[in-house]
Amino acid sequence: MEGIGLNHYLLLSALLFAIGAIGVLARRNVILVLMALELMFNAANINLVAVSRFHPDLTGQIFSIFTITIAAAEVAIGLGLVIALFRNRDVVNVDEFNLLKG
Amino acid sequence: MLDLFWLVPLIPLAGVAINGLFGRRIKSEKVIAGIACATVLASFIISAGAVAALAQLPSEERHVEIVLYDWIPSGVAHLSGDAVEETATFTVPFAFLLDPLSAVMILVVTGVGFLIHVYAAGYMHGDEGFYRFFTYLNLFVFFMLILVLGSSYGLMFIGWEGVGLCSYLLIGYYIGKRSAGDAGKKAFIVNRVGDLGFILGVFTIFFTFGSMQYAQVFGAAQEMEAGAGAITAACLFLLIGAAGKSAQIPLYVWLPDAMEGPTPVSALIHAATMVTAGVYMIARSSALFALSPFAMTTVAVVGAATALLAATIALVQNDIKRVLAYSTVSQLGYMVMACGVGAFSVGIFHLVTHAFFKALLFLGAGSVMHALHDELDMWKMGNVKKYMPTTHWTFLIGCMAIAGIPGLAGFFSKDEVLWYAWSGPHGHPLFWAVGALVAGLTAFYMFRMYFVVFHGESRMDPHVEEHAHESSRVMTVPLMVLAALSVVGGYIGIPGVLRVGPLAALHERFSLLDWLAPALGGEEHHAALAQGRDTLVASLQPVMAIVQNAEQAAEEAHGAGLELALMLASVLIALAGIGFAYFIYVKMPRRAGELATRFAGLHRTLTHKYYVDEAYDALFVNRVKDAGDALWVVDDGLVDGIVNGAAHATKRSASASVSFDDMVVDGAVNSVGDELTRSSRLFRSWQTGYVQNYALIIALGIFIIISAYLFLGSMA
Amino acid sequence: MAEQAAFYIISAIILGGAVAMVTSRSLVRSVVWMVTSFIGVGALFILLEAEFIAAVQVLVYAGGIVVLFLFVIMLVNLGDVQHEEYLQRQWLPALLLVVVLTAEVGFLLWAGSREHGEPSPEQIDAVLRGLDGNIETVGMSLYTDYLLPFEVVSVLLLVAMIGAIYLAKKRI
Repeated sequence: MEGIGLNHYLLLSALLFAIGAIGVLARRNVILVLMALELMFNAANINLVAVSRFHPDLTGQIFSIFTITIAAAEVAIGLGLVIALFRNRDVVNVDEFNLLKG
Repeated sequence: MLDLFWLVPLIPLAGVAINGLFGRRIKSEKVIAGIACATVLASFIISAGAVAALAQLPSEERHVEIVLYDWIPSGVAHLSGDAVEETATFTVPFAFLLDPLSAVMILVVTGVGFLIHVYAAGYMHGDEGFYRFFTYLNLFVFFMLILVLGSSYGLMFIGWEGVGLCSYLLIGYYIGKRSAGDAGKKAFIVNRVGDLGFILGVFTIFFTFGSMQYAQVFGAAQEMEAGAGAITAACLFLLIGAAGKSAQIPLYVWLPDAMEGPTPVSALIHAATMVTAGVYMIARSSALFALSPFAMTTVAVVGAATALLAATIALVQNDIKRVLAYSTVSQLGYMVMACGVGAFSVGIFHLVTHAFFKALLFLGAGSVMHALHDELDMWKMGNVKKYMPTTHWTFLIGCMAIAGIPGLAGFFSKDEVLWYAWSGPHGHPLFWAVGALVAGLTAFYMFRMYFVVFHGESRMDPHVEEHAHESSRVMTVPLMVLAALSVVGGYIGIPGVLRVGPLAALHERFSLLDWLAPALGGEEHHAALAQGRDTLVASLQPVMAIVQNAEQAAEEAHGAGLELALMLASVLIALAGIGFAYFIYVKMPRRAGELATRFAGLHRTLTHKYYVDEAYDALFVNRVKDAGDALWVVDDGLVDGIVNGAAHATKRSASASVSFDDMVVDGAVNSVGDELTRSSRLFRSWQTGYVQNYALIIALGIFIIISAYLFLGSMA
Repeated sequence: MAEQAAFYIISAIILGGAVAMVTSRSLVRSVVWMVTSFIGVGALFILLEAEFIAAVQVLVYAGGIVVLFLFVIMLVNLGDVQHEEYLQRQWLPALLLVVVLTAEVGFLLWAGSREHGEPSPEQIDAVLRGLDGNIETVGMSLYTDYLLPFEVVSVLLLVAMIGAIYLAKKRI
């Protein structure tokens, strides 16, 4: 076999991203949607680090640190929202939150 | 005083202003009447003074003109008459002329007018419109004086119209009475017909002579041939005007109805003064009439016929004022006839004496009415002499005067009229005969009235009889003054045949006919001609010639004998009339009724005044009303129809617009809205409210973008 | 050789864990599968010679975030609600769309790729700058070239913390 090139990593990242997207689009539970969102973040991280490795530049890694940080912050906020929603509606069904319906 | 005579019309005008503007606030009748009477008295005094001054002048110079201002300064008129060139200036100055004729007139108007004013102060006592009455009365005096003092036809016309207006106002004075208003309207409208004739006459005169002023017109007339068509036409038109104002055939019908007005009005306007305006006008225009034999004859015939017609109607009247009214028409016929036969100054003479005794008779009748609670029917009177001695005696004097009893005023003037009717330049024995017959009838019906009212058994309503009493002094004194004038007034014009003894001396002292001669043509006129200085005076040459010839012819042909004979004949006829009246109404009252039934047809015709009013109604009045109705139909149907139709069409088009607006316009707008709503429903359905749906759409969008990028990229 | 095998195994772990997480009915099980996937990603990072990032990944993601999720799940206490429909109505269109998108991306990768060789020693030296090990290198870069973003991110963490507290409080 040939060596693992950049394309492999990129393809992997794309697949992970897709799985995460499906999870966001096709599941009812809000918490699960958030978790799938994390998968998407991870796919982006893989991308960054892989490219940083094959085109030697540290920027990708630095960027991925920041991404992780921000993902963490976002999770905190999102879960806080979920808790607030749960207090209002007693379910975390995305279907329930359709007040934007027009 | 001579240069002050222009004040004569204006002082009564001041009276009009004061009483008219402030009369309502002046509560005292005495003050109002005092002002009115004082103005007329002042005019009389000034008139007397001016006339006296005029008399000082030699007879050729008795012709004073005072110009007040240029009323119509100048206009240019294009004429094509015989006597003038192509263009003439139309100038009418506001000027008064004092000559013998107008002198006589102003004395009569102001003198008799003053007496009647005083009488009216008592007669109208207690009436609500007291100040209005005296305002109108003064206004009348003003206009009448303008009429007689005017120096041109233009000014005469002002007065002419003005007195017609005052006549209307005063006839209709009792504004609550429907009949009074109708009578006023009748008078005015019939007068209007006459005025049309007058105006046409004046136009013809202007067209022919280029001026309306007497001096110029009569001066130019001298140049013309007798019998010229224009002159005849002008004279006939003027005759129509005179017929309207002086109640001749066919325009006399308003005068009897005019008795609706208060009695002083009847006395002043419809007996003594206004109705004489026509006679005055003919006399003033004598220069023109003398040039047209045809016109003269027409005038004489009209006068004679009117005199006869009115006298016959008066025979059967039961209303005392109506009798006097028809008597007035008849006497006016005398005056007109006198002018028609060429004796213009005799016509004026009769005018003067008639003013005296007719005013006296009217005022006396008013006195009787006043005492008997405004009773008019003579058959409800009788034996009034017991209660009203003064009225009785003065009334008797008036009756004798009008009947022509020798020694009284009426005798002299009437006799002159009859004499010239026979022997005047256009006279004819037939005119005399008619005149004599009328004299007999006059005597009869006047004394019929006298006997029925004052003598016999009382037929008064008992309640009325209780209160019957003689009128107050303010009413009886004028009666007495007029009675005196009716007695002595005739001596100013003594007939030729009687100029003997003391009467001759009187004649030398003053003769009205001589006095009037310079203005009208008379005995001593030749000298003036030779002078040629005064064109007005000189212009009367043809007239003067006519009258002169008449006198000469008369004297030559039959001498004094004829005149005396005719005089005696007329006196006898008058006495016969009186006797007949006495016989029937005093001795055998029943005979009156029998005569009426025996001549029932004739009686009925006379009672209905020959059905003239009915004929006029059918011919003219109702035809005009029908025309009015027809026009009203046009107005109501056509004009109003158009207007209303337009309104309806507008309304209907408006409602059509409304429906259009509702359906089309609103429909369009609403349907747009509905479309938007419907179409937006589709887009609304996209807003599900579910975040994941939105995320899916985002992903879809990304897919589209990338696909597009790929496509474009691969194609490039 | 070993590298390739490692790559494929790790990939399998990552993708398998992800799929399992997304399709699991039970929330807690999903969390466990998520942890698996995260650790796989960490291993991948080591394969990519980014040791520090791997450490951070495991610490923050597998450690902090997962615990956070577990806390919330316990708090919400859903139980076994998942037995009813747990998929959205739009799951099929979503699936298709994602597949198509991924295919597109794959096509792009294949069409636009070129030979990537190993980085040359000169390039690596340039990156390393004479330092030894990934941590030193990252640390040096972080505190010199990227100081500002670093500080800003710390502020952001502060803000997030405040936000989370505020959101989760019962009553303010």
